[in-house]
Amino acid sequence: MPNIEVAGKSYETDEEGYLVNLSDWNTDVANYMAQTENITMTDQHWEVVNFLREYFEEYQIAPAVRVLTKAIGKKLGAEKGNSEYLYGLFPYGPGKQACKIAGLPKPTGCI
Amino acid sequence: MSDAKKFMFVNRKAPYGTIYALESLEVVLITAAFDQDVSLAFLDDGVYQLKKGQQTKGIETKNFSPAYRALEDYDIEKLYVEKEAMDARGLSEDDFIVPVTVLSRAEMGKLMDEQDVVLSF
Amino acid sequence: MLHIINQSPLNTTTLDTCLSTATGGDILLIEDAVYAATKGNAAEAKLKSAMGKFKVHVLTPDLEARGLGDRMMDGVSAVDYGGFVELVSNNKNCQSWL
Repeated sequence: MPNIEVAGKSYETDEEGYLVNLSDWNTDVANYMAQTENITMTDQHWEVVNFLREYFEEYQIAPAVRVLTKAIGKKLGAEKGNSEYLYGLFPYGPGKQACKIAGLPKPTGCI
Repeated sequence: MSDAKKFMFVNRKAPYGTIYALESLEVVLITAAFDQDVSLAFLDDGVYQLKKGQQTKGIETKNFSPAYRALEDYDIEKLYVEKEAMDARGLSEDDFIVPVTVLSRAEMGKLMDEQDVVLSF
Repeated sequence: MLHIINQSPLNTTTLDTCLSTATGGDILLIEDAVYAATKGNAAEAKLKSAMGKFKVHVLTPDLEARGLGDRMMDGVSAVDYGGFVELVSNNKNCQSWL
């Protein structure tokens, strides 16, 4: 799927549905991406998505799941920095799904 | 970790002029998932990869140097810079974006000898 | 004549070959060749001594990309892409030392 239509605007995506241009991202796009992943965004989801965007801003990479889990634990507390919590929010993988919603590329080191 | 192998990534190319530096970094990040004993060695022009203050807007290329600062999150903490290469380029330890261990060329050779796997870039 | 170099002086012999072959004119350092024009690098003296014979230019965006915008050695002229084009059009011919 090369393009998606959100609120009357067209956005370029890659063959796996990830946003091609980071700068295209906005909350409408995020909600659309979430919908395609069967996820209803809550404050908890946004917290992770925003964390990912900040991480990318700082390091220019989307972190691997293991790294994301550890980093979230450091920043948001141990009750959130674990797989159960993150997979509870993003059942098909916090790396894959949350990155897509955050408008980031697929995580480096995602295997 | 008992069956962990010693992996060394040998980086000898400057960033941006060729794709080697970026390719190496990506392989390093992927390899980190396998919990091995990883070292990064920066020799020759490879030391330029770690230079602080890279601004790539003008060449319309992604600045990937901030990712070296994320290596710590990936539990990759062994970064070695060859002293002779650093000196020949008018650089000092303060010029690098991350903390490194500076080794002489002879020490680097020894460390290379101790590895199970060496990946060259 | 304009001579364009894009290889690092400490990794290849391109700069040496250019300096010993070319008879004079402009030298433009781009891509990894910009390292030749940075303070304290091992090729600095070589480039300095060639300055009588050549006018040496360095492409600023490439220097900045490599984090060395503030390390340019004295006597070198900084050019942007517009300056690159001017050098090409002001010279009757051009050799790229790839």
